[in-house]
Amino acid sequence: METSFALTGKGYVIVAADTTSARSIVKMKVDEDKIKTLSPHLLMAYSGEPGDTVQFAEYVERNIRLYQIRNIYPLRPSAAASWIRRSLAESLRSRKPYSVNLLLGGYDTATFDPHLYWIDYLGTISEVPFAAHGYGAYFALSLLDRYHDPSASLEEGLATLKRCIDEVSKRLVVSPGKYKVKIVDKDGVREVEL
Amino acid sequence: MSIMELNGGSVIAMVGKDCVAIAADMRLGNQALGISSKFERIFPVTDRIYLGLPGLATDVATLRERFRFRVNMYTIKEEREIQPETFAHLVSSTLYEHRFGPYFIEPVMAGISKTPSGAVKPFIAATDLIGCLNFAKDFVVAGTASTKLYGVAEGLWEPDLEPEDLFETISQTLLNATDRDAFSGWGCIVHIITKDKVVTRTLKGRMD
Repeated sequence: METSFALTGKGYVIVAADTTSARSIVKMKVDEDKIKTLSPHLLMAYSGEPGDTVQFAEYVERNIRLYQIRNIYPLRPSAAASWIRRSLAESLRSRKPYSVNLLLGGYDTATFDPHLYWIDYLGTISEVPFAAHGYGAYFALSLLDRYHDPSASLEEGLATLKRCIDEVSKRLVVSPGKYKVKIVDKDGVREVEL
Repeated sequence: MSIMELNGGSVIAMVGKDCVAIAADMRLGNQALGISSKFERIFPVTDRIYLGLPGLATDVATLRERFRFRVNMYTIKEEREIQPETFAHLVSSTLYEHRFGPYFIEPVMAGISKTPSGAVKPFIAATDLIGCLNFAKDFVVAGTASTKLYGVAEGLWEPDLEPEDLFETISQTLLNATDRDAFSGWGCIVHIITKDKVVTRTLKGRMD
């Protein structure tokens, strides 16, 4: 089943999402990128109802881009998170709500600190030091409670992420095989291989 | 699965001698899974009024934005700060506007109002999710631990408590009630409002 993790560290946020695209019991694709780069210092991992996910993620992506074109500066992570939350909350009480869960990781270039937001399809938002969505969350969150360190270096952060992925692979019946891992820090967004 | 118990969380407000207190837990969950232990559900409305919003977390954020907007509009139009009694009716009517598709929140508010003679009067109130007001003289409770809060508050509260004693009473009430509720807890925040200052303290609670 779909799983995504994210954790903050000293000046960075790591966001990871599995790469499977499934329909019913069938894996349709094993190299789907479910982490969008919204702006030079903002990442968003999305999961949920197939169709809704890509539609909503692209809607967010274009609107964040439009803001940047109009105002020269991009939205800061907290402002982007509020806008995305409001979009989901308005959608929730519409005729056909989007059913999309998000992890929003960003680096604030004005205050030089990383931010991570846990957002669900209802429009629930919470700023957290680490977060997860999907069945993997039941294993990863307790692990992160034990091993997460907000002042950890990037290497230590990636090692903690590896622990989460390994635990989910070991214990979850329907565990995903591959993950895409992206990092956002002062230098912007980049992808890494675990 | 009740939507009122999806995210968990509880709020309580108490009256003291020329002071009021409002307190809430800090857990945000998804049913039994804990998501955050730093979730705020009490917000300042004016310097003298605080509003607690236990219930569905998405509506906590939505209503907070809505009340900020409405209170700002009131302040601009009336050119004065809103009084607690007026604010309680604002909360009530805002919720009743959504009578047949409500926000899943049971607000609790606490504030201090000024009487025409210049004296101060403590004020607390709570409403249900469609805005039925409950003005109480002693304490009001809401959230997933509300039943337990009633029991403990009934035993601990007494009239005319001084601010420091009121702090102790409300803290012990909330801490002990949330320990008996699986969906509330994970730390608490307490605001003590007196006529010239507000003292905010965070409490450590059991993390299970």
